[in-house]
Amino acid sequence: MKLGLVELRRKPLRFAIAGSALVLLTVLLLFLGGLLDGLYINSTGLLRSQQGELIVYSSDAKDSLIRSRIDPDVRAEVESADGVAATGGIGVALVGGEVPGESDLVNLSVSGFELPVDAMSSDVSLAPDQALADRSLEADGVDVGQRVLVGAARTPIEVVGWVEDTNYLQQGGFFVTPDTWRRVLADSRPDANLPAGTFQALVVELADGADAADVAEAIDAVTGGATSTLTRDEAVQALPGIREQNSTFSAIIYVTLFVAGLIVALFFALLTLERIGLYSVLKALGASSPQIFGGVVVQAVVVAVVSFAFGGLLMLALARVLPSEVPVELVPSRAVQIVVGLVVMSALGAAVSLRRVVRVDPASAIG
Amino acid sequence: MAALELTDVRKTYTSGDAEIVALDHATLEVADDEIVALVGPSGSGKTTLLSISGGLLTPTEGTVVVGGQDISSYSAKQLTQFRREAVGFVFQAVNLVPFLDARENLVIVNDFGSSRSGSEAKKRAEKLLDELGLASRMDNLPGELSGGERQRVAIGRALMNEPDLVLIDEPTSALDTKLGEQVMELIVSEVKSRSTAAVIVTHDQRMTHYADRTVAITDGRLGAGRPAD
Repeated sequence: MKLGLVELRRKPLRFAIAGSALVLLTVLLLFLGGLLDGLYINSTGLLRSQQGELIVYSSDAKDSLIRSRIDPDVRAEVESADGVAATGGIGVALVGGEVPGESDLVNLSVSGFELPVDAMSSDVSLAPDQALADRSLEADGVDVGQRVLVGAARTPIEVVGWVEDTNYLQQGGFFVTPDTWRRVLADSRPDANLPAGTFQALVVELADGADAADVAEAIDAVTGGATSTLTRDEAVQALPGIREQNSTFSAIIYVTLFVAGLIVALFFALLTLERIGLYSVLKALGASSPQIFGGVVVQAVVVAVVSFAFGGLLMLALARVLPSEVPVELVPSRAVQIVVGLVVMSALGAAVSLRRVVRVDPASAIG
Repeated sequence: MAALELTDVRKTYTSGDAEIVALDHATLEVADDEIVALVGPSGSGKTTLLSISGGLLTPTEGTVVVGGQDISSYSAKQLTQFRREAVGFVFQAVNLVPFLDARENLVIVNDFGSSRSGSEAKKRAEKLLDELGLASRMDNLPGELSGGERQRVAIGRALMNEPDLVLIDEPTSALDTKLGEQVMELIVSEVKSRSTAAVIVTHDQRMTHYADRTVAITDGRLGAGRPAD
């Protein structure tokens, strides 16, 4: 192993081809992962940021927030279910907004809420026609103190503060009072006019010690099947396109990792062929096959880690020049997943050379 | 106790239906501090004998005892350990590790497995290189050394783990006569000063007088040894 590290230090250019390929693959993997996370984060923030464990939809809505309707009677039934500590209504209207000084409309998900989400203080209080805007809207020119003209009726709503990570279906989170939301929704979609007290869904906070699955079952039972209750994670996965998006990007990422393994395998197979003479001498001097093979694997792992570092820096630079329409989010857990994937695939790729290393004949060193 | 005892050693290879005899009932004994020159034409079995003596090949028949260890039926793993601890090789092509400096080329032998600590190995490597006249070249890579200097590093590497037997393959083949004589003098002096045994394979009759005894080999058969001139 020590020998492998010394060679890496003294002859780094020997590994430049494999390293360069892995740097480019790292950029591709981080870009794909960043795109996946960006799409996911900007589609699901509204639901992920809810503090309640369960989301209750009307059963005929097929788990769609836009289609769902929960009226006060159903809400009262939900609140009577065992394990329910509190409920809060939520509703969303996907509309455009005119930001002062900006020529383009900004996409907003105007959300009426009763229970604060993660990034809000517990005693949050808004007046009618006031909003807390998602911090990501700063990039579109939104600022605190502005009046954004919202929806078809161009309702002026004043931004009074920020929230984080609350976007919904790629539209910037814009949290308002339930009445303001109902008005914006009615102005934009007259057919979707909702009476006071009716929401699209309910967020349910559980009583201490209550099991989420049991409470979900109890809620749907007590409403006689009028509701479909999902855990927060299930509700996120039920959003349109989320599952398909995750599985498609994940498949591309796994294929790219497989390609990285193939490149490392090919490179070290060629390097091993080139080094057969050296390995036979080392074996003649008393090196064992595991010692030599260990050196090969260590080299592959170090090349993968160093390539990831360079690729990561390149991706960070690239992320700064990407247009804001490209929703790339660089998330540490994704970076860890990719570096672990690269290291594992590189080690497996290098392992392809094991058979050849084992078969090196020490006697060939002498004749 | 002899450093090397080959008794009725036979080594055969098969090529299709034919059996090729590389070594034919070879018997040879090399004393503890004896230097034996093994001479013979190409294909006579010199390299096979050297390889079997050094645990690089196993004999088809016969026994091989090195430093009191009967290695005739050792497994590949046992032979690896044996080579690490009991023999030193000087290869015809020198075969230093190109990306290690002179000192590291000696220490690497220790790294494969030795009771000697890293700092002890480094000190021993430096002492050996100093004795070999390479005190100022320890930090140089093989590519920065002359042919004679590389040969001396290879000799140091063979002696690094204080072997019972040093096996040297054509040490002067790539050197001119003067340099070849210097290298042979150095080998003899280093081997003799440690009371170590050595077998030197050479086709150069001019170098045989450095050995205590010369043994000829032809068609895999050893001739009667004769003292050096």
